[in-house]
Amino acid sequence: MAAAAKSPTLVIGIGHPHRGDDAAGLLVARRLQRQAPPRIAIRESTGDGLSLLDRWQQKDRVFLVDAIQSGAPEGTLHRFELGQGPTPFEACRNTPHGFGVAEAIELARTLGRLPRRLIVYAIEGRAFGIGDALSAAVEEAVLEVVRRICAEVEV
Amino acid sequence: MTRRRTKTLKVDPLTRVEGEGSLFVKIKDGCLHDVQLKIYEPPRFFEAFLRGRHFSEAPDITARICGICPIAYQMSAVQAVEDALGLAVDGPLRELRRLIYCGEWIESHVLHVYMLHAPDFLGYSDAIRMAQEHGAEVERGLALKKIGNEIVSFLGGREIHPINMRVGGFYRVPTRRELDPLAEKLRWACDAARDMVRFAASLPFPEFEPEYTFVSLRHPAEYPMDQGRLVSNRGLDIAVSDYEAHFEEEHVAHSNALHATYGEHGDYLVGPLARYSLNFERLTPGAQEAAREAGLGPVCRNPFQSIVVRSVETLYACEEALRIIESYEQPSAAFVDATPRAGTGFGCTEAPRGILYHRYQVGADGSILAARIVPPTSQNQKRIEQDLREFLPARLGVPEAELTWQCEQAIRNYDPCISCATHFLKLKVDRI
Repeated sequence: MAAAAKSPTLVIGIGHPHRGDDAAGLLVARRLQRQAPPRIAIRESTGDGLSLLDRWQQKDRVFLVDAIQSGAPEGTLHRFELGQGPTPFEACRNTPHGFGVAEAIELARTLGRLPRRLIVYAIEGRAFGIGDALSAAVEEAVLEVVRRICAEVEV
Repeated sequence: MTRRRTKTLKVDPLTRVEGEGSLFVKIKDGCLHDVQLKIYEPPRFFEAFLRGRHFSEAPDITARICGICPIAYQMSAVQAVEDALGLAVDGPLRELRRLIYCGEWIESHVLHVYMLHAPDFLGYSDAIRMAQEHGAEVERGLALKKIGNEIVSFLGGREIHPINMRVGGFYRVPTRRELDPLAEKLRWACDAARDMVRFAASLPFPEFEPEYTFVSLRHPAEYPMDQGRLVSNRGLDIAVSDYEAHFEEEHVAHSNALHATYGEHGDYLVGPLARYSLNFERLTPGAQEAAREAGLGPVCRNPFQSIVVRSVETLYACEEALRIIESYEQPSAAFVDATPRAGTGFGCTEAPRGILYHRYQVGADGSILAARIVPPTSQNQKRIEQDLREFLPARLGVPEAELTWQCEQAIRNYDPCISCATHFLKLKVDRI
């Protein structure tokens, strides 16, 4: 655990375990955890934006994985690398917390607390109700994100 | 016949609140016609989930009701179960419970003061824009909140949905030495919280002082957190077990959250203003002094100043946490053993937003036969609407955007936790 805490790369899977497709980010984190790739720290988050800021501080590269609703078919995968523009996914504001993921990114940018590279994988979901099942397309997208992150970090 | 002019303000969804809700205000011919705070998160069936489960599961199941205040749910749950079992948890175990509760108060109050509420007073649409010009303040908030998180995750076993609390005490208790790093950080936090009070006191407050009925816990010696009798400024002074004889919940058509009422007084207010106004002299001398410097008297009736009171309570929680750590002696056992017996138990503790009531009926085999949970936001919901009814009439002439802003700010005075408040009411229809 101590070695993972010092890893320059961090993957944060965000979501709610009991709200259907919203669990996508958590499932990516758990699957990666099972594969235990070296040099990657893995964390789960329910989307409380402020704790994200503490977690990614002093990290070289951070992957955020979250579910999204932008109108695309479920399972569609989006990859953003945060540059100078505003957060490109307004849908991430749909959080049960008063201060969510998109707010955290923008606040970190304002305060100069972003990691050197912040890469967002957003998985398009459809069912977000409490007790909903995970959509099949989202389940496939979860595996695809795991593959892509592993490829990006050259595991 | 003159044409009637109707104006409807609609804020849907409400932002910078915990959960999903909306507000509708109807103004007819220049007069306030209707105010409805709608809570439309789906009803959550936690009271039913609990039936048939073992009493030892109550703290972990109810902690899932809220991601912001899981400790409050665990604390009221263990207290009610322990009451049913005739179990007393005191000494260092009770002190540790207060310590983790201090952590939750710090997290919750700091998040609300800096990130959700302060932008309203300073004219920013959110904390991000506020941070552009008040970076040092926001950084202070982040650092303070982190200390609250650290207390909760250290004692609770993990950051989200802590798992270390159990009926009778904890699964594991810390050594003295393990608490030392937290003490160091809390010394800084006490200073930072004093600055937080000064910052909150410097904000501009609308003049507004309703005649509230305050309800909170009151303890003979302590600022109320986990124990005490239920009191009000209208003469109430009852044991927690008498709560249901004085308070009722009713369903209203426009909301999934129940509205609580207090006898003939109707609406009432729970949370920081009530705690503070009914227990000022129980605050630490340092917190009392900070409150006086901030211009507060021993009673505060302006809901907009709840941001100052939350800051004073944050200072109190930092000082109390430090006191607990400095006087801590590791107990010989992490918990008191619980033997099942049939009975009914009552628990009420002060969640950051106000009193949270639990009742459990436990069978001889330890299974829960019935459960009742009354969260603070459903107790405040009626009062939030009443605040708007009293606050708006003098302001109906202001431009619509500004009026909407003020309505949202007035709702945020309560730091409503809408996720907690949603219940489902069993309806019995009598057809005559």
